[in-house]
Amino acid sequence: MIEAEHLSKRYGERTAVDDVSFCVQPGLVTGFLGPNGAGKSTTMRLILGLDRPTSGRVTVNGRAYAEHRAPLAEVGALLEARAVHNGRSARNHLLALAATHGIGARRVDDVIDLVGLSEVARKRVKTFSLGMGQRLGIAAALLADPATVVLDEPVNGLDPEGVRWIRNLLRGLALEGRTVLVSSHLMSEMALTADHLLIVGRGRVLADMSMAEFMRNASRNIVRVRTPEATRLAGLLVGPDVTVEPVVEPGRGLRVQGVTAEHIGDVACAHGIALHELMAEEASLEDAFMALTADSVEYRGGGATPDPSRTPPEMARSRS
Amino acid sequence: MTATTLTRPPAPEPALSRAVDVQPVSWTRVLRSEWIKVRSLRSTVITLVLTVLGMVGLAMIAGAAMNSRWAHLDPFDRTPGALTQHLLGVVFLGQLAIGVLGVLFATGEYAHGMIRATLAAVPRRLPVLWAKVVAFAAVAFTVSLVATLASFLAGMALLGSHGVSLGAPGVWRAIIGAAAYLTVVGLMGLGLGFVLRSTAGAISSLFGVLLVLPALVAALPQNWQDHISRYLPMAAGQAVYTLAPEGASMGPWTGFALFCGYAAAAIALAAVSLRYRDA
Repeated sequence: MIEAEHLSKRYGERTAVDDVSFCVQPGLVTGFLGPNGAGKSTTMRLILGLDRPTSGRVTVNGRAYAEHRAPLAEVGALLEARAVHNGRSARNHLLALAATHGIGARRVDDVIDLVGLSEVARKRVKTFSLGMGQRLGIAAALLADPATVVLDEPVNGLDPEGVRWIRNLLRGLALEGRTVLVSSHLMSEMALTADHLLIVGRGRVLADMSMAEFMRNASRNIVRVRTPEATRLAGLLVGPDVTVEPVVEPGRGLRVQGVTAEHIGDVACAHGIALHELMAEEASLEDAFMALTADSVEYRGGGATPDPSRTPPEMARSRS
Repeated sequence: MTATTLTRPPAPEPALSRAVDVQPVSWTRVLRSEWIKVRSLRSTVITLVLTVLGMVGLAMIAGAAMNSRWAHLDPFDRTPGALTQHLLGVVFLGQLAIGVLGVLFATGEYAHGMIRATLAAVPRRLPVLWAKVVAFAAVAFTVSLVATLASFLAGMALLGSHGVSLGAPGVWRAIIGAAAYLTVVGLMGLGLGFVLRSTAGAISSLFGVLLVLPALVAALPQNWQDHISRYLPMAAGQAVYTLAPEGASMGPWTGFALFCGYAAAAIALAAVSLRYRDA
């Protein structure tokens, strides 16, 4: 379990993490999602005590990370692919880390087996591909059989087989009751792995909810209607869970949320209202994520701007 | 993306397998870890071997040269103390290698991001510095002692009948003192490495202080130099293996103590930097 309370970190003028509070629960894979520069890596560094928070605090299993007597058994972390001296062999790297916790060579060989690096364990890390480096980082994270696992972008650089291996590994770790926090900037990847989502942008928590809830919100249909009698139709549709707002030319178009396209068609038919267009828009998880983080993207390519009008409005407010 | 991939069985009650025998972090365990780091870099081993060979080779050349020019040496240079000291001049070469290795033992952690893994394992941080100091000092002193002793023996062998034996007064002090000097140069580099975190920066600072500073002081008026020169790090440290002092120099052990003080200051800065700065 990882608990952050009003955690902030500033580097000079730049605020990397801004008054963030959250709780990462055991037994679940929590996806830590946000665009590049959202503060994911900084938050992870704060969790491990590598950086000192400007204010607030974060604890792991009830204590600050540094106060644990055997910290590697509390949190296993993969922060960057290569937190390894290039000139050392994978096995010696792990032996050196293992020695700090009195962990023997047998366990080192076990984790090397587990991540599939047995054949290259005695080669210098310099010769490793990005994917092999990533596997070595995961071996280091699992070394002391930690109750909590924190992985920063673990699928980076992995081939499809490796990506699948990570997914299964994360699921397996959560099923064993461990706390799993895994960061990514790809919603599609998280959709396949995470039970819970913690979405950040510009150092702030934008959403903290279960995957199921996020999906429910994302798939809430929005229907676009074009009709000459927009005002009359709006009056007929509006209700406690339905929002209707005019679009395009006022009085001629509507954007309806909370009812299906079929329902709108039936209502229009029953009242003799002509419809010129009736179109259901289904936001994908990716769209919902992009919309949510649209304001916090640091670097954006031209053209691919997400349409903010497609944000399900509840999304940004909802916290579980 | 289909809904089926997102339906999962509920997580069971936490039940961690505790098959791995994990001990609390302790000072000796951190020391063992740093010891593995020292010995597991091929580049370190190669550098140390080349350093010993280089020093011994240079001492042999010096011994042979002095032997062939024996008739032209002035009486002072023929004294056992001067001969010993001349051969131990190879320490000048050794300090470059040992100093760089000391720097790299610290900056190698930063250059490769390894420091994050290291500090995640030892989040109290300072034990890492103390363990590095001890592990490095043990290796550096052992190798340096082999190098200074072998340099002395090989050089004296080539001096033939003019050679000085190990039993001559002060010889053991000079040989052990030279090895200690090299070790402390390395520790100074280690400290500067943790403070500056950059290999190039730490190496230039280390040799700036050791080699360039005396040259700068030499530009000062003579009576200032007399008051400053002998207290500079290298001059103070070298007093410990000086058998035939020329001009004003510190006593061997007071000089060496001052030199250790400089290194201790570098390591104290390193401790503050490691403890309080973000990794």
